[in-house]
Amino acid sequence: MIRIFSLLAGAFFSLALLWSAGKGAVSYISEPTPKTVEASFHEHPKPLHLSSDGPFGTFDRQQLQRGFQVYSEVCATCHALKHVAYRDLAALGYNEAEVKAIAAKAQIPAYNPATGEVKMNPGQPKDHFPPVVYGGAGSPPDLSLVAKARHGGPAYIYSLLTGYADQAGYKNEKGEELLKKFPEAKTPDGLFFNPYFANLNIAMPAPLVSDGQVTYADGTKATVDQMAQDVSAFLMWTAEPKLEKRNQTGWPVIGFLLFATALAYMAYRTVWAGKKGH
Amino acid sequence: MSFPWANEYKPSHPAMVWLDEKLPLPRFVFNAVGAGYPVPRNLNYMYNFGVLAGVCLMIQIITGVVLAMHYAANTGVAFDSTEHIMRDVNWGWLLRYAHANGASAFFVVVYFHIFRGFFYGSYKAPREMIWLIGVLIFLLMMATAFMGYVLPWGQMSYWGAKVITGLFGAIPLVGEPIQTWLLGGFAPDQAALNRFFSLHFLLPFVILGVVILHIWALHIPGSTNPTGVEVKQESDTVPFHPYYTAKDGFGLGVFLIFYCAMVFFAPNALGHPDNYIPANPMQTPAHIVPEWYFWPFYAILRAFTQDFLFIPAKLLGVLAMFSSILVWFLLPWLDNSPVRSGHFRPTFKKFFWLLVVDVAVLGYCGGSPAEEPYVIISQIAALYYFAHFFIVLPIVSMIEKPLPLPFSITESVLGKDDAATVAPAE
Amino acid sequence: MTDTAVADNPAQSGPESGDGVRRRDFIYVAATSAAGVGAASVLIPLVSQMAPSADVLAESSTELDIGSIQPGQAIKAVFRKQPVFVRRLTPKEIAEAKAVPVDSLRDPQSLEDRTKKGKEEWLITMGVCTHLGCVPLGTGEGEVKGEFGGYFCPCHGSVYDTAARIRKGPAPKNLEVPPYEFTSDTVVKIG
Repeated sequence: MIRIFSLLAGAFFSLALLWSAGKGAVSYISEPTPKTVEASFHEHPKPLHLSSDGPFGTFDRQQLQRGFQVYSEVCATCHALKHVAYRDLAALGYNEAEVKAIAAKAQIPAYNPATGEVKMNPGQPKDHFPPVVYGGAGSPPDLSLVAKARHGGPAYIYSLLTGYADQAGYKNEKGEELLKKFPEAKTPDGLFFNPYFANLNIAMPAPLVSDGQVTYADGTKATVDQMAQDVSAFLMWTAEPKLEKRNQTGWPVIGFLLFATALAYMAYRTVWAGKKGH
Repeated sequence: MSFPWANEYKPSHPAMVWLDEKLPLPRFVFNAVGAGYPVPRNLNYMYNFGVLAGVCLMIQIITGVVLAMHYAANTGVAFDSTEHIMRDVNWGWLLRYAHANGASAFFVVVYFHIFRGFFYGSYKAPREMIWLIGVLIFLLMMATAFMGYVLPWGQMSYWGAKVITGLFGAIPLVGEPIQTWLLGGFAPDQAALNRFFSLHFLLPFVILGVVILHIWALHIPGSTNPTGVEVKQESDTVPFHPYYTAKDGFGLGVFLIFYCAMVFFAPNALGHPDNYIPANPMQTPAHIVPEWYFWPFYAILRAFTQDFLFIPAKLLGVLAMFSSILVWFLLPWLDNSPVRSGHFRPTFKKFFWLLVVDVAVLGYCGGSPAEEPYVIISQIAALYYFAHFFIVLPIVSMIEKPLPLPFSITESVLGKDDAATVAPAE
Repeated sequence: MTDTAVADNPAQSGPESGDGVRRRDFIYVAATSAAGVGAASVLIPLVSQMAPSADVLAESSTELDIGSIQPGQAIKAVFRKQPVFVRRLTPKEIAEAKAVPVDSLRDPQSLEDRTKKGKEEWLITMGVCTHLGCVPLGTGEGEVKGEFGGYFCPCHGSVYDTAARIRKGPAPKNLEVPPYEFTSDTVVKIG
């Protein structure tokens, strides 16, 4: 009885799948889905090597400070950083007084439930970065977690920031010219062509436009490429501030486990000594 | 049942004698996982995964209870409270990564455990009940994992909740009311998040209870073994302690090395970046996928793209997805070969490995975007999946000629003696 | 069957030299100890996660504008999620506080010990009864101040005087004076 039922059920699902597969195959051959402009021209992130990469990664504090400077002077106009508190900046190598001074430059809104008023106070180390009021086109995402919220992480941020291109005459690696192949895909007014962005057209104008846009305190030459790398490194830190501690804890743990497992193996062999077959 | 030669618990210290009279808990443990439980002496490393699954359950319960001390199940702050755990709570990052990767580790271990059962015929009489309870545990695990993934209230959490509850919407007539009832609203929101949190906290303890039933049922016939030949004599077995406690200790060490390497060095490798974006009911991520451990079933769901016999494709997909697991409940009766172990079933063995590859292919397709060629590959792979359980196993078990079995476990370990080989037919 | 097959306890399996036994026991002890050390170190994160998190520790100071408090008035403010009392003493209250012989007190402290030099009209204490943590009365207009004119805890009847020193009832200590400093004549920073 159960076998008859199972044969029927098997036949039912198999036929339904064959029907789906057959119809799918027919339509795939008769009306192949045209390749989209994104499929042809979307680029994977360029390689970016940061000191925080890999299981031995540590943060380059000088670079994080430079990246923080780029964030503050360029990105912060539109992008918030709500999960980061000023006190966290101590991890970038700032001392207590410097953290206080950085926090005090911010205006933190404080809502008074009794009067309904919002009062702006100078920031304290305990405060988080305040919300950013933005009235333009698009919706700038909060950047606290962006390095973990995009495929490719910091390499994606770096590629996006340095990837703006002139759409006219833009060719991919295969030598296909975008506007010749997809004339209807011309970037609309108010958007900007960037092959690293998922749909190729981003509302954010290129934020890093010229060398020397910021002046680094440590004397590093602020090329566009350098600024993009630095801010990507900084955003990796904002997304994963415990990365160093994680790596530094991980190695002793793995080392201990290797040692303990070796002992466990010896104990296992000793227990089984004399039992043939193991 | 236990074997007549099982060691008896003999407390020597007067305090232990006293305790044994009042509450024989040490005796219970001794008989369950101690020297009082005789186990076949030939278990290989595939038999380590049962204990490892228990360890995973404990890791999840302990880290989960601790995370619940900091998490807030409120749509306004759930995402922020998760980040609070990651940034401000002492060792919070470790606890959360251990829990998130612990779920993956749990599924890895359980998949090994299930496929071990497939290969060695662990579902066959007299062990059907162990198998049925095991399938139930797997279903509970799936529900628990799904609800846990919703809790951080990221984009994948939100859209996962929407899509999975949408499956119930495929049921004719009552589907949509059921979906609305499950969510307590028309879309995932505060009501859904709160009940998912409540159930996500509850279900692991239900799983723990069912696991105890699983082990209880195991102790009635005793463990199976790679030959599939039942225990006949004392020399076929060794006491669980110290033999298998030692072996499981070593297995645990190896498991923890892999698990900790994931937690410390690649904690987000198995996660999806979109879940670091707060839930946005107004915008669907470009490419919705569940966590990797659901991919094979997700591929089966998506493989049904056409209506068939007036049944809508959506309903077919849902039926198929649930059937793909529910068929395991029938397994003890679909495969009635008298031989348990795949080692002695040459035809079955080939189809078994084909199933392994098939499920891997389904998994790969389930994690890929719903476009060609993945759709057609997943359709073929899903076809084999159903054919394997519903058609191949019943037929193979009828027509296959098994290899000769060893007389006993002892013989298989120590070599043949003159006791001769018995023919497998019964 | 061989004889090794029937031995199910490794301690009995065949003759062993003393060295073999010692080595075997050493491995068992070492493996078990390693497991113990591992289990104990897992407790570190599980226990310390319950300690105050970084954001809680950062909430460490409160600034108060006390310019509008008249002599005889008091306000309640919040410091580390607990009430703090700021009270401007009248000359009479100061005199009462100073009139008490310090040695006769349960927790001997003078008013000078409990206020800043030159600012002894400002009595700043935690609003947490040292008995079991209730908030004493006596800051609001018309609240009971107790028989010594300071604070009165309604939970178990502890009575504090005008220097917030314990005078009667079960509380063992005076109300705690938090660390604070005057950043100007009208602003005090607690913490």
